[in-house]
Amino acid sequence: MTAYEKLKAARGSRRPTGAAYVDGIFHDCMELHGDRRFGDDAAIVGGIGWLDDQPVTYIAIDRGTDIQSRMAKNFGCPKPEGYRKGLRLMKQAEKFGRPVICFVDTQGAFCGADAEERGQGQAIAESIMEMMNLRVPVISIVIGEGGSGGALALASANRVYMLENAVYSVISPEGCASILWKDAAKVEDAAEVLHITADDMKNLGVAEDVIKEDFNDFPTMCQGIRETLKNDLANMQQMSPEQLQQNRYERFRKFGIYGERA
Amino acid sequence: MPTLESLIDKVKAAVTPEVIACTACKAEFPKKQLKKANMVCPACGKHLRMDARARIAATVDAGSFTELCTGLKSEDFFSFPGYADKLDKAAKATGEEEAVVCGAAKIGGEDCAVFVMDSGFIMASMGSVVGEKITRLFEYATEHSLPVIGFTASGGARMQEGIVSLMQMAKVSGAVKQHSNAGNLYITVLCDPTTGGVTASFAMQGDILIAEPGALIGFAGRRVVEQTTKSKLPDNFQKAEFLLEHGFIDAIVERNDLPAALGNLLKLHKKQTEIA
Repeated sequence: MTAYEKLKAARGSRRPTGAAYVDGIFHDCMELHGDRRFGDDAAIVGGIGWLDDQPVTYIAIDRGTDIQSRMAKNFGCPKPEGYRKGLRLMKQAEKFGRPVICFVDTQGAFCGADAEERGQGQAIAESIMEMMNLRVPVISIVIGEGGSGGALALASANRVYMLENAVYSVISPEGCASILWKDAAKVEDAAEVLHITADDMKNLGVAEDVIKEDFNDFPTMCQGIRETLKNDLANMQQMSPEQLQQNRYERFRKFGIYGERA
Repeated sequence: MPTLESLIDKVKAAVTPEVIACTACKAEFPKKQLKKANMVCPACGKHLRMDARARIAATVDAGSFTELCTGLKSEDFFSFPGYADKLDKAAKATGEEEAVVCGAAKIGGEDCAVFVMDSGFIMASMGSVVGEKITRLFEYATEHSLPVIGFTASGGARMQEGIVSLMQMAKVSGAVKQHSNAGNLYITVLCDPTTGGVTASFAMQGDILIAEPGALIGFAGRRVVEQTTKSKLPDNFQKAEFLLEHGFIDAIVERNDLPAALGNLLKLHKKQTEIA
């Protein structure tokens, strides 16, 4: 598949959304609402549940499954109150020593006037900075589209996974094409040159691994993810809170491709 | 053969001092005069954009600046159309190696680490080198227990470096947090324009957020917001004054008052033992 075909697959309307992974991977979940500041953003679903016999906090961007829920969830474009809810739940997880598992699927943070008024940039900035500092294990899985800062706000993790047809990009290929070639139709070329596929992420070290998709047997696929998460958490729970922070710092510290001047 | 008119124009251009028109009131001033006024329009007070070296000269104590984190070179690792050329042109136009200048300096007699973004260099978009330089500056400041003063001005992440540029946001944020955890002060001065991934990371992570009057500060671009909202936005949308009104910055300080304000803030945050 080309990068553009993967982009289309990642945005596919029949692809499982964030809430489906929460239901498929965890059991006896309790959803927790609201940012305690302004409101409750349905684009981000968060709460506490069980990963087999282990309590975890989950935070998932959810696009919705039909037209009503998609509108209610703003098509998976979170507003500042969504990121603030996510951060509230992360800090709560830290207090109680629970790992944080995030599911990322957004074309990007919402770009409306209300989001700007309520500090979209500040909300994302705070989420990234605090996430980098959490004293509990954090794992993020990009399940569909990882759209720029709005995705990174829930992906500043110790380990990051990509589903096989998920994409992750600094800018939407459409946005890139219209800036670069003044032609949004050149989206296929933009998708290629931006390097957005799961394999690209693995090659660049942006993701630890790629998870195979099998939506025809979703329960088995979720069982596989459950095993991956349990395995990772078993390793990370050997680490002290300080080691977890340092591990995350070093994970991101190495990013950058540049030369030295003579 | 050149015409007489074109020759006259050439001579005129050679003897008339270069003028710059204010982007707000359109009044024209000799470049020299504007530079002396730190690029603040003498007619209307508009804070025009300023290059990094002029900013440093206007802000830090004379002769106190030592440049740090130099010697890095951006690479066109995705063979992105036009990127290599853009880098060359930006370097020639600004005389800088990249879009941020870092160093150690004194302001009002107080030691600090400083970074200044230069919007003349590919809109000071953040690629690997910008992210690395700012990260190294924060690490240096943490090691030496120095406050950081950061002047932000940027179009956001640098798309020519793809996902690697996005990762810079988390890298710098991690370094800011370690600096903060050690009890150090970080002040950001938001300059025109501060947008995108820079707003969504280290620009908004200061202990104290100051903006220059009229600076454009936002996450999404105004045109994108207008298309999304499908309505006309107020004139002051995403301006410093708008952010102050909505509670997202601490203060608006005029450029020529910044050295005194920053010097005072640095003194206010000195450890009591150091003051005694």
